[in-house]
Amino acid sequence: MIRFCKVLAALLLAIGCTFLAPSVRAQSFDEALQKFTTDSFSDTGTAIEGIAASGNPRAAEIIGALQEGRLFFHPEARKVYIRSADGRTLDAATGNAVNEPSGLKQVRLINRLRGMVQAAMGSLTLQSPNPQRRFDAAQAVFKSRDAAALPALQGALARETETRVRNALAEARAAIILHSPDAKETDKIDAISVLRERGDQEALATLSGLPAGSPPSVVKLAADARSSIEYRLAIWAAVQNAWYGLSLGSVLLLAAIGLAITFGVMGVINMAHGEMVMLGAYTTFVVQEIIRAHNPALFDYSLAIAVPLAFMVAGAVGILIERGIIRFLYGRPLETLLATWGISLILQQAVRTYFGPTNKEVGNPTWMSGAFEVGHITITYNRLWIIVFTLAVFVALLALLRFTRIGLEMRAVTQNRTMAASMGIRTSRVDALTFGLGSGIAGIAGVALSQIDNVSPNLGQGYIIDSFLVVVFGGVGNLWGTLVGAFTLGIANKFLEPFAGAVLAKIAILVFIILFMQKRPRGLFALKGRAVEA
Amino acid sequence: MSEMDPRLTTAQLYLNGVSVSFDGFKALNNLALTVEPGEMRAIIGPNGAGKTTMMDVITGKTRPDDGDVIFEGTRDLTTLDEATIANLGIGRKFQKPTVFEMHSVEDNLILALKADRRAFANLRWSETAPEMERIESILKTIRMTATRHRLAGSLSHGQKQWLEIGMLLAQEPKLLLVDEPVAGMTDAETHQTAELLKEINREKTVIVVEHDMTFVRALGVKVTCLHEGSVLAEGSIDQVSTDERVIEVYLGR
Amino acid sequence: MARRNAPIIRTLDKGAMAFLFLVAVAAIAIPAANLLLPPSSPFHVPTYLVALFGKYVCYALLALSIDLIWGYCGILSLGHGAFFALGGYAMGMYLMRQIGTRGVYADPILPDFMVFLNWKELPVFWYGFQHFPYAMLMVLLAPGALAFVFGWFAFRSRVTGVYLSIITQAMTFALMLGFFRNNFGFGGNNGLTDFKDILGFNVQAQSTRNALFIASCIALALCFIVCRALVTSKFGKVLVAIRDAESRTRFLGYRVESYKLFVWTLSACMAGIAGALYVPQVGIINPSEFAPGNSIEAVIWVAVGGRGTLTGAVLGAILVNYAKTTFTSGFLAEYWLFLLGGLFIAVTLFLPRGIVGTASHWWRERRDRDDAVAGDAAARPAE
Repeated sequence: MIRFCKVLAALLLAIGCTFLAPSVRAQSFDEALQKFTTDSFSDTGTAIEGIAASGNPRAAEIIGALQEGRLFFHPEARKVYIRSADGRTLDAATGNAVNEPSGLKQVRLINRLRGMVQAAMGSLTLQSPNPQRRFDAAQAVFKSRDAAALPALQGALARETETRVRNALAEARAAIILHSPDAKETDKIDAISVLRERGDQEALATLSGLPAGSPPSVVKLAADARSSIEYRLAIWAAVQNAWYGLSLGSVLLLAAIGLAITFGVMGVINMAHGEMVMLGAYTTFVVQEIIRAHNPALFDYSLAIAVPLAFMVAGAVGILIERGIIRFLYGRPLETLLATWGISLILQQAVRTYFGPTNKEVGNPTWMSGAFEVGHITITYNRLWIIVFTLAVFVALLALLRFTRIGLEMRAVTQNRTMAASMGIRTSRVDALTFGLGSGIAGIAGVALSQIDNVSPNLGQGYIIDSFLVVVFGGVGNLWGTLVGAFTLGIANKFLEPFAGAVLAKIAILVFIILFMQKRPRGLFALKGRAVEA
Repeated sequence: MSEMDPRLTTAQLYLNGVSVSFDGFKALNNLALTVEPGEMRAIIGPNGAGKTTMMDVITGKTRPDDGDVIFEGTRDLTTLDEATIANLGIGRKFQKPTVFEMHSVEDNLILALKADRRAFANLRWSETAPEMERIESILKTIRMTATRHRLAGSLSHGQKQWLEIGMLLAQEPKLLLVDEPVAGMTDAETHQTAELLKEINREKTVIVVEHDMTFVRALGVKVTCLHEGSVLAEGSIDQVSTDERVIEVYLGR
Repeated sequence: MARRNAPIIRTLDKGAMAFLFLVAVAAIAIPAANLLLPPSSPFHVPTYLVALFGKYVCYALLALSIDLIWGYCGILSLGHGAFFALGGYAMGMYLMRQIGTRGVYADPILPDFMVFLNWKELPVFWYGFQHFPYAMLMVLLAPGALAFVFGWFAFRSRVTGVYLSIITQAMTFALMLGFFRNNFGFGGNNGLTDFKDILGFNVQAQSTRNALFIASCIALALCFIVCRALVTSKFGKVLVAIRDAESRTRFLGYRVESYKLFVWTLSACMAGIAGALYVPQVGIINPSEFAPGNSIEAVIWVAVGGRGTLTGAVLGAILVNYAKTTFTSGFLAEYWLFLLGGLFIAVTLFLPRGIVGTASHWWRERRDRDDAVAGDAAARPAE
């Protein structure tokens, strides 16, 4: 019985507390608010602290208004008002809009109070219901290392449920503790391990410049943590470079792969290859224009529509070029170079005349916009998709060469044209289809490049030299060589850029390739044998 | 082969253990061949036996994966380039006649004429009287005095063969490699060619690759039959042509 | 018996003499028509035209240098504009140093762009360019050295055909990127301009323009003679042999790479001279001269005129550039690239020998036919 009573009492107490607490809080909030109406700086100070401590959901808005000079009071009615950003007057206690009473006075601040307002703001946003706001506030505290925020931080840390925000809060606390002269040594050591865990540039900054008189153990540990972070950052930088390199490599591969096929099979360089890329990009632009005009809902599918169209447009132009011009220049590769350069001039000028010389706006579909973070690097969706797309094209092409009749014929002609011809392969048909295929793939590349490059008549010009270097480096007649060549050059370029700058990196790559050709004139994966020598 | 004797062999040309592979295919497989100074050797064998690849190795066009190729007992040909090898005194006539089509017959011979090959030496050059005499005599030998100013590109196949032989003569090499010299020639021309080669052989070492067995027989020299990159049989034409294995892989019956 | 002429007669045959005569006539007549005739005369040549013709002559020299390697040795350079531009920059550096205190910032040593970039002293590679002979040496040496190093690597590793073409294009492209940068020390984007004097004469003056035109003609004539001497020597025969059957030439014992390297470097030096004469006549040199398109355009001049003919290269350069001037200055400007592109295609498809090449081929055919009619049946092709 007694036991029952005890339980009941405890229960009642608990319920009582639950019910009582808000009213107690409410009371203190209202009381604190009242203090603004006395027009005394010391009362205002009390009010700020009271409001900040009240936990009232309106607290942040009120302090925010105060900070921006939008908090007013009515001395007679002893009521407090907020002038909202859009010019309405709100009752500070309830947040309801009211008619503005006459005789309002602004709550004034002095520097001492401004400091308090700032600290209060920091801790108030730490209590914001929005986790992103809390996270940002924690980051702000981390940077400011404002010791006054420590109590609020402790409170927020105790309440926080989201891991990400929790970590940010803990890091902010660690930053404060590490730089506070009177924190305990053990706490500082814990703080260092927290910062070491964070491991970014800011953690590095926090760990350096410790206050004078820090215990030697702390100083040493901080130095250790710094070097560990620096090491990790270097690795992340390498990962970042590798990522950029992969991205560049995929673009190179996409542009070069068509060239690799035509050069491998026919031994001619199509100087208008870049213009095929350009045509693909303009096809994307036209598709998007039509979609915008007729059915905007389809916009996210625009690229899916553009890919086959670009393949067909560029492929058709390619076959036209081969049938109309290149086949007459057979066995004269240097003249082919000149004739196709002429074609590229004409195509560029035609596009310039029809579409105008300026850049065209090609939009990213929603699924290609935005980015996400992995560790310390940012990965944009468009770059990621382009890599995936490139690899898909590569695999499709490999399959085409391996498992289809025309693929078999292409490989045969690549290895020994005369022999293939005498085996009954119609090499002229193979040439036309190869050229169409190579150009078509360039068109597809144009769809992808329209997402990351400016769509202008000059789009293709920059790609022909790079593509050719990839083909030369990888070795003619071998798609795997092109793959390895593209990614190697892409990654090498991006690793050189931080040291040498973009231009010198390009020059260095060029010199490297010339030297490389000393060792392996026929590229990484060269075909060997007597038939190759012509 | 790290310490090379001043003279490893008395042979004019000495091949031992030479192997070449293209993407796994063994074009030459542990080939051994010795040609003595002043000798004429005929090389026969089915297509793909490695005859032309052997020529490529000797002239520096193809580097062997393994093995020794020694010229005159002192020079390791595997480390030299084509021009150096040619200047050592090894001349080659190709399977497909290759002459300089845009040059006249005479200019083709002038280019081949034994002389200083260095670039600067040829900047200021006028033919000397002995050189012109040499050209005249070669033109006579190959019966092209009348066509001396014709562009080589306008010659018939057989004429090109003759011109190439003439170029070989002009080069004055110590060792001649002659790849299918009588392809596309009439019987009479074939006979003349055999006579010419014998004539040349009085002073120089000759290696002839040929499919035409009548021609090989007419030469009457030691024959080596290659098969799958190595020597299948070696000896006189009668010995080789009665060899069971040679009959099976090459001559047929 | 052997039909052998002395080298001098072989070098300067009838065609070559006719060409030199025409160049001499132009070098005398145009300045005379500018300086001696009153502006009212219908034969008066205005000064701006003298400068324009001077520009054409420089282009002709560039074309000549390309023809020497492409027409006779089969090396298609798509980067000869780089050598042209390097020669131009060497001359431009001399002209910049001559400005002295007349620049906007009036610095006695530093060119304006360096003052603008807040540089305190002259970079080492600008030293000596105030001296004309040194600058002229550099006109030859800068392109020559680049060509030598580039060629040494490329020819030694037997990079030929389209490989070589694209690598040369990559070379000029890389140089363009480099010269666009301010910290390269060549004026970046704007290049070198605002020239005042050359050898103490005002570059804008009428007499200077005429003198530069005459100098360009002399340079063209001298280079033409050098080229002729080269291609009619045994060296020239070897070059053609290399062009037509490179590996056969090797098997004859010729070190192909030495021949190529020599003619390649010589050609680059000639392109450099062309660039050096070009810069004072147009008054500016900037990185766009390195643009790959320029080099390819120069190749088409040679193709139009006829490669392997020397005179054809000169004719082609003048014809195409005259057409370009005519087109791009009028309402047809937009169509010029169509025309140029079409020219590339048409020449390669329908006129592979070019104008001069086709004419001389036709003439030789006719002569051979006459020979045949005359009874020399043995000389007739067997096919």
